[in-house]
Amino acid sequence: MISEQLRQYISFDLFPLTSAVCVALSCGLIGNHLVLRRQSMMGDAISHAVLPGLVAAFLLASSRSPMVMFLGAGASALVTVGLIELVKRLGRVEPGAAMGVVFSVMFALGVLMLEQAAADHVDLDADCVLYGQLETLFFVAPTTWDQLFSVDTLIEIPTQVSTLVGLTFLVIIFKLAFHKELRIASFDPGLATTQGIHAGLITVLLMVMTAACAVASFEAVGSILVIAMLICPASTARLCTDRLSTQIKLSAIFAIAAAILGYLLASFVPEMLGMPSSLNAAGMISVVAGSMVAIAAIASPSHGLIAKSIRQRVLRNTVAIEDLIGLLYRAKETGSAQSKISSIAPAMTNINTKDINQIIQSATRQGLLIHTNDSLELTDAGQSAGAKIIRRHRLWEGYLVDQAGIRPDNVHDIAEQLEHLPTDEPDSDTQTDPHGRPVPPHSD
Amino acid sequence: MNLTLAQSLTQTHDEMPSLREVFDTVTLQSGFNTNAVIVAASLLGIAGGIIGAFALLRKRSLTADALSHATLPGITSAFLIASAMGLNARSLPILLLGATISGILGVLCIHLILAYTRLREDAAIGIVLSVFFGIGVVLLSVIQSTATSSAAGLNHFIYGQTAAMLTGDAILMGSIALIAIVIAILAMKEITIVCFNESFARVTGIPAGLIDGLILALIVLVTVSGLQAVGLILIVAMLIIPPAAARFWTDRVRMLIILSALIGALSGFVGASVSALLPRKPAGAVIVLCAGSIFIISMLAAPARGVIAQLIRHAKLKLRIAIDHTLESKYEYPEHHPRTTFSLRVLLRLKGFTQSLSPSSALSQSGLARGRRVRRNHMLWEQYLVSCADIAPSHVDWSVDQVEHILDDDLIARLESEIRASGLDLQEISP
Repeated sequence: MISEQLRQYISFDLFPLTSAVCVALSCGLIGNHLVLRRQSMMGDAISHAVLPGLVAAFLLASSRSPMVMFLGAGASALVTVGLIELVKRLGRVEPGAAMGVVFSVMFALGVLMLEQAAADHVDLDADCVLYGQLETLFFVAPTTWDQLFSVDTLIEIPTQVSTLVGLTFLVIIFKLAFHKELRIASFDPGLATTQGIHAGLITVLLMVMTAACAVASFEAVGSILVIAMLICPASTARLCTDRLSTQIKLSAIFAIAAAILGYLLASFVPEMLGMPSSLNAAGMISVVAGSMVAIAAIASPSHGLIAKSIRQRVLRNTVAIEDLIGLLYRAKETGSAQSKISSIAPAMTNINTKDINQIIQSATRQGLLIHTNDSLELTDAGQSAGAKIIRRHRLWEGYLVDQAGIRPDNVHDIAEQLEHLPTDEPDSDTQTDPHGRPVPPHSD
Repeated sequence: MNLTLAQSLTQTHDEMPSLREVFDTVTLQSGFNTNAVIVAASLLGIAGGIIGAFALLRKRSLTADALSHATLPGITSAFLIASAMGLNARSLPILLLGATISGILGVLCIHLILAYTRLREDAAIGIVLSVFFGIGVVLLSVIQSTATSSAAGLNHFIYGQTAAMLTGDAILMGSIALIAIVIAILAMKEITIVCFNESFARVTGIPAGLIDGLILALIVLVTVSGLQAVGLILIVAMLIIPPAAARFWTDRVRMLIILSALIGALSGFVGASVSALLPRKPAGAVIVLCAGSIFIISMLAAPARGVIAQLIRHAKLKLRIAIDHTLESKYEYPEHHPRTTFSLRVLLRLKGFTQSLSPSSALSQSGLARGRRVRRNHMLWEQYLVSCADIAPSHVDWSVDQVEHILDDDLIARLESEIRASGLDLQEISP
């Protein structure tokens, strides 16, 4: 026997959740390539433009059978892709505008046809194309496990669900079979062509798969979730990694997580808040997917705002310490073993005066200098670090004068930046810089 | 006076309207409300046309799409907040205020994504579009589940519904469109400069960032003013299609803006009129289809950039190349007869280049002259490539055949003098 609670769950939540996960996974995987090719809006265009095909198929076959709808929408989607390409090529219209022209005209056509169909008391709803009817995908679950897994029950599975499961497998097979071709064609169509891969054909295949995702998903989840899932998981993953294979895996994980989390939020949170009915799940999943982009943009370890600002801070600190050590080294060169902080501070132009103490502290912690009262003195380690930075500075000055033909009195500021670069120092065995000061020897 | 179009629609019958009704409607004589709607739609068309032209030049067409979708959460939040505060939640100004605010938030989000992440513009637009619309859809389901009054009215903002527009609504929307038009015309010079050359604009002291913001603000205004008539999905068409159609006819920005405004106005006018005259013709869809038809006509028939004109030019060029090839080869090897199609031989005969229609026909005087000229151009160009352009001699013939037909007289004269100056022998190819 299946407990009543579980039966409830199977009846009302199993299929919507499965559909949402399937849509998320298939769109999420395909979306990686759309985002890389800067064709993200193709999903938007296609999913709006299926409307006239749906209505036409319905009017011609006068049935709501998913197969008919699928064919109509598919035809419509392919026509859209072809028309966009045609307008772009023949009319030499900017890609964004070409997409906008085609999909808005197609959608307008669909709305008009829908209105005419409504005149004949036809029950077809444009709303479901836009924001989906995930919640309507319930079936009456039987009371025992045996019955649940019987053939009779499997037949009862809504066609939308089985279509989506099939589509997901198709997408995964497509991605595995054409991984190499998709990758090359997305990054470098020219290289793909020289390797005997027909980049144009791959693009067409990708568009066909995008259309298939949009078409298979429209009735269950609506176009809005298709668009969100084509773009958001791939974008989130793109913010987390530079490797395509990692990006694809991450996007699949994010997509599934967004689908489950969004569905749970939509169906259970309103209950907790005491609202009479659940929220639109497709919309909620889009919102969750969007929040994931926002979180990744802020907190991603590789490309997030926080990580970037920390890296920037660390770099600024390193540069400031190098500048400070360099200044002390120069001071020592001219004879003063100790320097007053008050005389150092004005020379550190890159740093706020109030940050100077903090720089001195971290240099002291690194054992580069000794800080007594108001004066600073380089340690041995500091002395050799200073020699290294000044050596680079003066070699760069020499390079700029000899090789780049810059006048000696203009090279200091440029060398002041170049000395911090982690590249090799200029190859030279001169003993003095253009101003006649000695280049410290290499310290190894 | 406050009769709604919906009521007037229920009075019309399903058959075609009489000529009299058509005439009254298009000459604005069929009741104040219908007139207001038609005038508002036309103003919307003009505003969309002008501002869309800027959006097109700035390659912002799809940003407008994201913007219009981003108005939905504003509309639904405004509805929720207004009903929580006990105000009339359906009052148009409140809903439009919400739409404006969330539209602007959408723009800001796109801007933030572009400024602070590595994502490209298309992804930023798609994210904002789908997530904002998703929020709107969720809020819509909140309204449907809590509010006792149905939220059916809000659906009009998605698909557009002129039938339910009151006179006051039409006047409000018309005024917003009018404001957008006036601002666009006042700032036209600055916007144009920014559209074409951002750095030049900066140098001349025009704040490019501010102008960019102004364009986006104007797009928000157009979107908001068209929400009720056209709906938030199709409003983007008012911004994209008229300028894209106008672009086929002209290369001048002033003309582009004027034509785009005219196409927008015509679409708005026809759309609203048809919607008023016939039952079940939603104005938004009719407006977009009207603009779409103008786009198709423009794309096919425009004189310089149109597809038909391009095809004709292409065919003409192919024909000229075929004629030149035949004449050149007959001139160079009089006893060898190149393969020619019958139609090409007819053409050669008609132009008087050959003496008969047979494939082995000799060239006439004018045919010989033309053949010699082509041969001479061919050799000149060959020499030029070898001596001046550092092309390896083995590659020369290949490129010569591609370009010999596009040499003009000035270039030939220059080549001749250049080649003479380099001391090469021009004896053989002298005319």
